[in-house]
Amino acid sequence: MGSKTPLYDKHVEAGARVVDFGGWDMPLHYGSQKEEHHAVRTRAGVFDVSHMTIVDLTGDRTREYLQHLVANDVAKLKESGKALYTCMLNENGGVIDDLIIYYFDETHYRLVVNAATREKDLAWIREQAEPFDISVKERAELAMLAVQGPDARELAAPCVDAEYREQALALKPFTGMQAGGVFVARTGYTGEDGWELLMPASGAAKTWDRLLAAGVQPCGLGARDTLRLEAAMNLYGSDMDETISPLEAGLGWTVAWEPADRNFIGRAALEAQREAGGLRRFVGLLLEDRGVLRNHQKVVVEGKGEGEITSGGFSPTIGRSIALARVPAGDYDRAQVEVRGKLLNVRVVKTPFVRNGKIRIETGEG
Amino acid sequence: MSDLPGDLLYTKEHEWLRKEEDGSVTVGITDHAQAALGDLVYVELPEIDQEVELNGEMAVVESVKAASDVYAPIAGTVVAVNDALADDPETINSDPYGEGWIVRLQPVDDADESDLMSPDAYQELLDELED
Repeated sequence: MGSKTPLYDKHVEAGARVVDFGGWDMPLHYGSQKEEHHAVRTRAGVFDVSHMTIVDLTGDRTREYLQHLVANDVAKLKESGKALYTCMLNENGGVIDDLIIYYFDETHYRLVVNAATREKDLAWIREQAEPFDISVKERAELAMLAVQGPDARELAAPCVDAEYREQALALKPFTGMQAGGVFVARTGYTGEDGWELLMPASGAAKTWDRLLAAGVQPCGLGARDTLRLEAAMNLYGSDMDETISPLEAGLGWTVAWEPADRNFIGRAALEAQREAGGLRRFVGLLLEDRGVLRNHQKVVVEGKGEGEITSGGFSPTIGRSIALARVPAGDYDRAQVEVRGKLLNVRVVKTPFVRNGKIRIETGEG
Repeated sequence: MSDLPGDLLYTKEHEWLRKEEDGSVTVGITDHAQAALGDLVYVELPEIDQEVELNGEMAVVESVKAASDVYAPIAGTVVAVNDALADDPETINSDPYGEGWIVRLQPVDDADESDLMSPDAYQELLDELED
C-alpha cells in the first residue's frame, strides 16, 4: 500500500489501473493510454500530480540562497509569479533533481520537485539552507492538477474564482498567480498549452469533477510519459541522475554561467567539464525500422563509439518509435540501436519531436 | 469475469491455444494479458518454418508500456503468422481470442501438453491474481 493523493478515490471511480510510482498509488491509465495521449494533443486532459513535492521558501536571504542552490539564476525572475526551470546539482556537477521555481518576491519562492526524490531533496534543501537562515516549508496539504491541451485553459477557467479568471487567462507562458484559493500557473510537462493548478486538498475532488464534466479527459502517468517524451522533456532518474551532468543531458541551456562570480553548487565541476570538452551529446532518435526503442538499449555510432537510450518508447502522435539518448561526441545524423540482438536504423533528429499538436521533426513520409 | 472461451487451452504465461481440425494449433495472448500490457504498438513475429521449443521465445508483443515475450505453449514448427498485426497490433487489444491471434504451430509428435490448463483452471489462476 502506497501513499494516496486526495484524488485516489476519483481515480478508482474513473476506472484507473493503479500502479506504484515512487511509493504512491497513481493512475497509469483509465482504459487507453493512447486515447489519453491524443486527447491532450487535440483537446484537453487532466493529470493528478499531487504526488509532487511543493516547498515554500521564505526569509530575507532566500534569493541569495537559491543563487547558491541551483544552476540556473533566479535573478532572471523579476516579475512576481514568473517560473524558472533548473537543476539542483551536487559538488560533482551531477543532478540531484530538476525542479521549477516560482518567484513571488525576493523573500518568498516556491519549489516544485519530483515525488520519487522527495526525501533526499528535502534533506539537501534543508542542509544547504542552514547558513542562510531560510524557512523551508513543505506544502503537503496542497493538491496539484495539470490541465493540458489546446482547449485546457478555456475548459479549466471556470475552476478559478470569477474575479481572477480574466487575469488567469492572460497569464504568459511559464508564469503563475495566486487566484483566490487556487494557484494557477501556465506550465506543464506535455508540450501543450495549459495550466497547473495548486489548491488545498479539500477542494481537489470538486475541481476534478468539474473538469471531467466539462469534457476534460482524465489522464494517467502512462500518457504523461509519452507526451513528455514527444516534447523531449527530461525525466529525472531516466535521462539524468546524480552521476550525470546537465551538460550531457541536454540541459546546458538551464545552466546560467553569468554572472561569472555566482558560485552555485557544482559550478567548478561543470566548468572543468566544459574546459575538457568531448562531452557526450544528448539527442533525439527516430526509429526508421519497425520496432520500439526502450530505455537502456545500446546505441551504436559507426566510427564514434557507443551510447545509450535514456528514454525510449512509441510516439502515438508520430506513429513511430522515438527516444532520447546519450551518445558519443561528434557530428553525425545516423546511428543504430541494438534491439534483441539486432541492429535497427535510427536517425538523429532535432528535438522536440512534437510541440503544440504538431510533429516538428522530418519523418521522411509525405 | 468468467467469459473465457471454453474451447481454448491456457498457460500460466497468459497465452491461449486452440487445436485446429488439421492438427495445427493457433496461439495468442489472453484478454488478461492484453489488458495488463495496455495499448499494443508493435508485434515481432517469427519466421515461417521456424522451430520452437516448449516455453521458448516465439514472438514479442510491445505496448506503449513495455515489451513482453510470447512463449511457445507447445513445441512445434511455425506454419503461419498473423501478418495483419504488423499494421494493426491493437487488434490484439480489441479481439485477443479472434482476429488478434499471433502464431499457428504444427506441434511435434508426442508434444508435451502437461502444463496446458483448462478454462476453469486458468480462471482459478486469474482469481488468485485478483486477490
